[in-house]
Amino acid sequence: MGIDVSRFREAFFDESEEGLATMESGLLALESGQADEDTLHAVFRAAHSIKGGAATFGFPDIAEVTHHLESLLDAARSGQRALGGAEIDALLGAADCVRRQIEAARAGEQIDAALLDPVLRTLEGLQQGGAEPAPVVAPATADTPAQAGWDIHFVPEPDLLRTGNDPIAILRELHRLGACAVRCDASALPALDALTPDALYLDWRVALTGEASESAVREIFAWVEDDCALTVAPLDAAAVDGDHADTAPAVEVEDAAEPGEPPVDATAPSSVTAPVEAAAPEPARARVSTIEQASIRVPVDKVDALINLVGELVITQAAIAQDSAGLDPVEHERLLNGLAELERNTRHLQEAVMSVRMMPVGTVFSRFPRMVRDLAGKLGKQVRLQMAGEATELDKGLIERLVDPLTHLVRNAVDHGIETPEARRAAGKPAAGTLSLAARHESGQVVLEITDDGAGLSRERIVAKARERGLITAEPATDAEVWQLIFEPGFSTADQVTDVSGRGVGMDVVRKNINALSGRMDVSSSLGEGTRLSIRLPLTLAILDGMQVAVGDQIFVLPLGEVIESMQPRPADIEGVAGRPSLLRMRGEFVPILPLRDLMHVDGEAPPLTEAIAVLVEAEGRRAALIVDELIGQQQAVVKSLTTNFRRVDGIAGATILGDGRVALILDVADIVRGMRRAQAA
Amino acid sequence: MTHILTVDDSVSMRQMVAYTLRDAGFDVSEAGDGTEALAAAEQQSFDLVLADVNMPNMDGIALIKALRGLSSYQYTPLLMLTTESSMERKSEGKAAGATGWIVKPFEPENLVATVRRVLG
Repeated sequence: MGIDVSRFREAFFDESEEGLATMESGLLALESGQADEDTLHAVFRAAHSIKGGAATFGFPDIAEVTHHLESLLDAARSGQRALGGAEIDALLGAADCVRRQIEAARAGEQIDAALLDPVLRTLEGLQQGGAEPAPVVAPATADTPAQAGWDIHFVPEPDLLRTGNDPIAILRELHRLGACAVRCDASALPALDALTPDALYLDWRVALTGEASESAVREIFAWVEDDCALTVAPLDAAAVDGDHADTAPAVEVEDAAEPGEPPVDATAPSSVTAPVEAAAPEPARARVSTIEQASIRVPVDKVDALINLVGELVITQAAIAQDSAGLDPVEHERLLNGLAELERNTRHLQEAVMSVRMMPVGTVFSRFPRMVRDLAGKLGKQVRLQMAGEATELDKGLIERLVDPLTHLVRNAVDHGIETPEARRAAGKPAAGTLSLAARHESGQVVLEITDDGAGLSRERIVAKARERGLITAEPATDAEVWQLIFEPGFSTADQVTDVSGRGVGMDVVRKNINALSGRMDVSSSLGEGTRLSIRLPLTLAILDGMQVAVGDQIFVLPLGEVIESMQPRPADIEGVAGRPSLLRMRGEFVPILPLRDLMHVDGEAPPLTEAIAVLVEAEGRRAALIVDELIGQQQAVVKSLTTNFRRVDGIAGATILGDGRVALILDVADIVRGMRRAQAA
Repeated sequence: MTHILTVDDSVSMRQMVAYTLRDAGFDVSEAGDGTEALAAAEQQSFDLVLADVNMPNMDGIALIKALRGLSSYQYTPLLMLTTESSMERKSEGKAAGATGWIVKPFEPENLVATVRRVLG
């Protein structure tokens, strides 16, 4: 037949990774005393499932490690041993090892035995240390050498049929081992009126000839061992007749299980077989071939294809809406009502499809308890990690790209934020620092906050360092501007470079990564009290709430999150340098003027500044007044990647298709603002 | 067609069992734990149930006990899927009314042979 089990490996890898996550969070909860018995059971089950799958799908190395994991957990589960620090460490280490094994197996490889050995040794050492019974399972019967045959006496309990077992199936199995002479003893059969239909009143004597071993014979009775009296003795030709000759009435059947000839009638009166028939009732029934599952696994590219199609649908719908805008509402009432309906349904469809890609942010948070525990241990610090809002959902693409930046920020907070227990006590704080991770939805965005109650940022030290590095010449006015300096490339205030956070590389990279997700980062800090980093992200990257602006015959889209306000400049608010207007007063402060026409090289004559529109945008803590000809309005844009379809262009984040079929570019405000700074520096 | 219910919280194992049995010509339904399986068994009738022992919500042994208590499953073959290391649970399963067990890991061919044998 040959079933290829490799087709199920992908599902096995996926569920193993889920199982490992369950194990890790469960073990951490057990260590911190926040877990109950159910947690331990769940951890055990995860190890057990991975072991079973690994053995089934051909990964003996994974099965070996998980076998040890399981044994240790089983001992804990049955109360034979406690899970102390050493055990948790070993179990976590082993789970890490299994994770690497799974990764390797996905790539069609195996991890180095040198990596495996220490893990196995630790686990074995712990098991030997505990009151672990020897796991040797001795076979129930010693295998006696093959005989000429076996004299088998099988006396089932009356309720054997109620276990779903069937003596006929057993007799057929025996027949496969060799020729059988079967005698059925029906002497115990009561009169018909005293007969219970589902009780078994018969017993059998089988003379099996052939070379089958005793264990092979006993194996056939393994399931009913406790439900019958069974003797298996070497066949003695005399015994067959002698022993049983007087137990009439007996029905003798040679070769009971001739293929195609059901031995039922021959071995037992039909009344006894009635319940056997009842065991497999065949009434007409409507069959549902599968039970509905709580969830299904779908490859991401299928979901993405769906999202893409819906995106196209949205564009088409917008185009129809635009084309039909001029129609007479009375004459075309039905059509317009239909179109309104279409718009509503399209929007709902889009929301529904987008929600498929949404994942709880807890999938990223879940790695931090372990990481913080290990880091704090390494640095000799005490850190309490609190998490909130793990169920907050975010696009899968965003979640994946959040892992690195968040990891970096958490690491930084433990390394540079939270002080040593001594320093904390000296400052009158509890020895253990608190690090909290929180996620929530806020006005169509997701906000992530990483807060520590550590030393806080030192304005003086940051300013001094920034001067030293030549990043600033004058001291920034506000704290917010000072804090933004930590995101500058190459900036570091840690006096000691540790192997945990490295040398401050990264904060600039972190911000760049967050910006690439159309997100923004804010810092607030108070010396001696702690630091809070907030990240604001759009719910998805596939759709953008945009502000459409026009320059000449071109339309551009500005991400709404980066637009603060727009206004027509008044002459009094414009400041010029060398006759050229360069600064505009908006909201009480002067911001640089950036004519979008020049930035994007749009042809045509610019209108006078006082007749144009200034859009105040902000990114990376910097503001600018983008000068455009006209504001068109606010609209959702389905984002098409320019990088994938063309190449990266400075100042452009992507493109979208407008209702009238034209392509509009989506501006990358952060990049534009950075460009402005570069131009200033030059 | 003979209708089999396979119960396992591990998707890969369940898929493998279901695929193997479908390939052998059986009609197969799937359930992710004991609770789901019991609900399914109350609605439809199955000729054989294959249940993993270790499952969340309701484990395989509790499921077998519950099924055996239903009049329509009094004589139905109920098999446990178990691993070598949890063989001690086989007697627990037998006490709950299991017909027998299949030890993991198993070859797909052996699974089919066992199921055919039990179904007669």
